[in-house]
Amino acid sequence: MRTGASVRTGWQRGLIELRQSFTNGPELFSHFLWPVLMLAALFFLRHRDFGSTGFQLGALALPSILGMNAAMGMVSMSQQLTADREDGTLLRAKAIPNGMVSYLIGKVVSVAGGLLVDLAILLIPGLFLVEGLALGSAHWFTLVWVLLLGLVATLPIGAVLGSVFTSARSQGLIQLPMLGLIAVSGIFYPITALPGWLAAIGQLTPVYWMGLGMRSALLPDEAVVVEVGESWRHLETAAVLGLWAVAGLLLAPVVLRRMARRESGSKVAERRERALQRVA
Amino acid sequence: MVLTVDGLRMRYGDREVLHDVTFDARPGEVLALLGPNGAGKSTTIEILEGFRLRSAGRVEVLGVDPAAGDERWRSRIGIVLQSWRDHGNWRVGELLHHLGAYYAPYSTSTAPRPWPTGELLDAVGLSAYAGQKVKTLSGGQRRRLDVAIGIVGRPDVLFLDEPTTGFDPEARSEFHELVRGLAADQGTTILLTTHDLDEASKLAHRILVLAAGRIIASGTTAQLTELIAGEDEVRWSVDGQPFRKSTSDSTTFVRELFATYGDAVRELEVRRASLEDTYLTLVREQA
Repeated sequence: MRTGASVRTGWQRGLIELRQSFTNGPELFSHFLWPVLMLAALFFLRHRDFGSTGFQLGALALPSILGMNAAMGMVSMSQQLTADREDGTLLRAKAIPNGMVSYLIGKVVSVAGGLLVDLAILLIPGLFLVEGLALGSAHWFTLVWVLLLGLVATLPIGAVLGSVFTSARSQGLIQLPMLGLIAVSGIFYPITALPGWLAAIGQLTPVYWMGLGMRSALLPDEAVVVEVGESWRHLETAAVLGLWAVAGLLLAPVVLRRMARRESGSKVAERRERALQRVA
Repeated sequence: MVLTVDGLRMRYGDREVLHDVTFDARPGEVLALLGPNGAGKSTTIEILEGFRLRSAGRVEVLGVDPAAGDERWRSRIGIVLQSWRDHGNWRVGELLHHLGAYYAPYSTSTAPRPWPTGELLDAVGLSAYAGQKVKTLSGGQRRRLDVAIGIVGRPDVLFLDEPTTGFDPEARSEFHELVRGLAADQGTTILLTTHDLDEASKLAHRILVLAAGRIIASGTTAQLTELIAGEDEVRWSVDGQPFRKSTSDSTTFVRELFATYGDAVRELEVRRASLEDTYLTLVREQA
């Protein structure tokens, strides 16, 4: 019954935050910023061919970008956790019964919900922009499982990152490696075109596999020739994302608990002092 | 006893910030932990809140060691946090309603939880702002919301750490009224920390003076004043010439003054040793 109550309050919390993120200017802007930039990129890629394969980069990139955006839930999770710790939201959660569990459930609901909306913002106009997607024979089941498994793989890792970085400033540090990962993950250009060692690094990341999974769901079957080993590698996709998920789910509770244990009024006051000094 | 603290010690590395702190509180009592900055007030209250692990000593809040308090225990504790910018996009009523929901599973017939949002907003004087976003509130309004969040679960014990920092005098007096009402009407046991003596004496039934990690005095305002025999100051003038004398027995002194000079005594002023003098004497002795 207690667990039921936590899930309920967490769910409500998530929905309220989700609604808020679409009803205030700055957050609304960030919901649209990336999809619009990505659509612009797609616009320029739409008629470029990839080598002599006869496939257009735009068609290859749209599903990849969807996968990448879903993986970036990791970054929002991490940023929001750090921000919430800095401003005392987390301490409030700690001060009320079952607050931490509900807080986390709420965060997963709002981040995942926001992501799904963002994906729609990108996908729907994207469909009108690029040609060569196999919508008639799209594998929606594949799309759903890759997306869900991908979220389970990336959100806990995001929570771990958010617990490790203690200030919004240090959060900036993870942006750069993240961009690097995207560059080697075959999102904007197929990974088979990269040098072997870079391609190997790319294939360790959830970003690559989520992109691959999305391509396997939305591209015609012939497009598989562009991929490593000319295979959609569903088994490997499930295995790699599954490994990330297990690692994240094992690590996140430990790290989160450690972080929560250290929260107190004086910690928040210290951070406020530091932040106010930065402003002054 | 609602709070029992016995031989509490806290060490950070080699630095001992609390030495042998001992006190307790009865149901409905308002206790002020008074002391200069760095005396160990926040550390003490955070240990009681279960936010910090102590080095040694026995601590019980509602009969439970805060380090081992479960969620049911947590539901009977109220903590007034100093908000800064958290939940800025939430509407006042919406936030209170949401946070109240966490207490519903712990409702009992004697303590129906949570406190209904509308009544609570009335009690803290925020009804007019129920639909407003938290980030648009003034400092004083935000602090009242902090209090409302602290009491939405109808706690048996309420902790307030430096609750009126940054208040203007009007907000401060409104806040004092609110806290006094809680103790009187709800029977809530309240522990607050402050470095403001005036606040401690206005709010608390009992004051614990904490300096350099030790409780150096405790009692009611009157008891504390008596504890250290502060000297009253008597001023007067005779034939336009001013005089001034410090004495521990001002009544006798003034009677003798009139016996000697009669009507020639002018501009008579007797200033009683104030609690502030007492407090400063106490804290200075520790330093």
